[in-house]
Amino acid sequence: MRYRSQTYGSIAFVERNFALVRRYIGWEAVFVSYNVVNALAIGLIGARMGKDMIVYLVVGAMVWGFLSILFHEISESIAWERWEGTIEYTFMAPISRFIHLIGNCLWAVVYGVIRSSLILAIVVLFFGISIKGANLPGLFVILIVSGLSFVGLGLVAAVLPLLSTEKGAYATHILEAALLLVSGVYYEIEVLPVWIRPLSYVSPATYTLRAMRAALLDGAGFDELMPIILLLLVTGLLLVPLGMLIFSKAEHYAKKKGKLKRSG
Amino acid sequence: MEAVKCDGLIKNFGKDGRKVSAVDRVSFSVSRNEVFGIVGPNGSGKSTLIRILSTLLIPDAGSARVFGHDVVREYGKVRRVINRVSVDAAFFKGISAWENLRYAARLYGMAKGDAKMRSREILAKLGFAEKRMYEPLEDLSRGMQQKVAIARAFFTAPMLLLLDEPTTGLDPRSKLDVQEYIREAMQREVGDLTIILTTHDMNEAEALCDRVAIIIDGRFVTLGSPSELLAEYDKSALEEVFLEVTGRKWKEIEDEV
Repeated sequence: MRYRSQTYGSIAFVERNFALVRRYIGWEAVFVSYNVVNALAIGLIGARMGKDMIVYLVVGAMVWGFLSILFHEISESIAWERWEGTIEYTFMAPISRFIHLIGNCLWAVVYGVIRSSLILAIVVLFFGISIKGANLPGLFVILIVSGLSFVGLGLVAAVLPLLSTEKGAYATHILEAALLLVSGVYYEIEVLPVWIRPLSYVSPATYTLRAMRAALLDGAGFDELMPIILLLLVTGLLLVPLGMLIFSKAEHYAKKKGKLKRSG
Repeated sequence: MEAVKCDGLIKNFGKDGRKVSAVDRVSFSVSRNEVFGIVGPNGSGKSTLIRILSTLLIPDAGSARVFGHDVVREYGKVRRVINRVSVDAAFFKGISAWENLRYAARLYGMAKGDAKMRSREILAKLGFAEKRMYEPLEDLSRGMQQKVAIARAFFTAPMLLLLDEPTTGLDPRSKLDVQEYIREAMQREVGDLTIILTTHDMNEAEALCDRVAIIIDGRFVTLGSPSELLAEYDKSALEEVFLEVTGRKWKEIEDEV
C-alpha cells in the first residue's frame, strides 16, 4: 500500500469540512443570509451619516463575521467531533496535532475569506457604494494575515469545547465578542473607558479594523498598510504556537481525565 | 517481543467526589498474531483499557507497551501501528461512508485510490452493497454503520487492532459477517495482525479468541485459553465460567459487607 507524508493529512480536514458544508448547504445559506442581514442592518445605522459611515460600520460587521467563522470552524469542529464521537479517531490517528489543527485552520481562513467577500459584495450593491478608489487586494491581504492571529486565539477558544461538549462552544462566543468590544468594532477605541484601552492596544482585531477601514475608505496603499501587515504577521506567528501549546496542554488534561470520550 | 505488554496499570476517575477505580493493577501480555479477548460486565473497565492502549487515556500508574513502544511517551509510534473499532460507530453522520473513509485514509497517509480499493474489498466481504457507500451514514442502519467502522479499522492494515465490542447491537446476520471477517483476516494476515477483542458475547469470545481474560471492577480475575478456563472451572461453556466467576465475585462482596 502507498503512504504519503503527514503534511498531506491536513487536506483531510479541508476535504471533510467541504463535504460537510456541501451536505448542509441549505443551512450554510441560512447562516450566510444571517451575516448579510446583520451587515445590512448595521450599515443602515450609518445611512443618514453618509456612505463613508456605512463602510466604516460594515467593516466592523465583516470582521465580526470573519472572526465568527474562524472561531466557529476551529472550536466548533472540536465540539462537533466530540458530539459525533469521532474525536477519539482523529486524536488516535498517526498525524501530529499541529497538522490536524493547521488543516482545520486552513479551511477556516479560506471559507471565512469567501464568505466575507460575499458579504462585502452584497453590501456594496445594496447601498450603491463605489469602491473604485479602495485598495481591495490590500483589504484581503489584511483579512488573511489577521486570520493568522485569529487562528491563534481560535485555538485557545477550542480548548473550551474540548473540555465541555455542551457549553464549551457557546463560551467561545463570549471570547469573540469581548475581543471585538475592546477593538473598536463599530467605533473608535478612544470612546472606550480608559481602563479598557490597554486591551485595545494588544488586540490584533484593533489593527485589522483600522487597516481594513484605511484600505476601503482611504484607498491606503501597501506602503501605508505594511507596518500593520507586519504587526499582524508577527502577532499571528506568536499567537499560533501559543494557541497550539495551550491546546496540547488541554489535550493532555482531557486524556488524564477521560474527557475525550462521548460514552462507554 | 510481545505485541502488547501491560504492567500494573491503574486508572481511577473521580465521580461525585469519590474515586472510582476503572482499571486496577492490570498486568498482561499479548503475543503477536494472537486474538486476546477481554470479557466483563458493563462498567468493568474494558473500554478504559482499550482507550489506554489507543493512546487516548493516560494511566495513573503502571505501563502499557505496544510493540515495545510506551503508549504515553511514544504515542506517535504506537498510533502508526494500531486502529480501533468502538461500540458506537462514530462517524460524521451527515456525509457518506466513502467520504468518512476517505477522511480516515488521509489521516493515515493512504493514497485515495488504495483507500477506495481496500474499502470496497472489505465492505464487499462484509456484505455491504457498494452503491450504499455514497449515501449519508445517517441513512444507514446501525449494523451497516458498524461494518463501515470495521472497514475503517482494517483498511489501514494495523498491526494491532483494538475491537471494543464490535458486534454489540448487531443483528445475527451482521454479527456473523463481522466474526467471519475477523477470522479470515487472522488467517490472511498471519504474523502481521494481533487483535484485542472486548465483548459481552461468550460464544464470540470462545469462537474467536486464543486467550480470554475476565475483568470485574477493573481487575482481571481469570485468564487463559477457552479450553483452559473450561477445564479449570469444570464447565462446558465459557458463559458458565463467566457466571461462575462473576457469581463468586458477588459472593465475596456480599461476605465483605
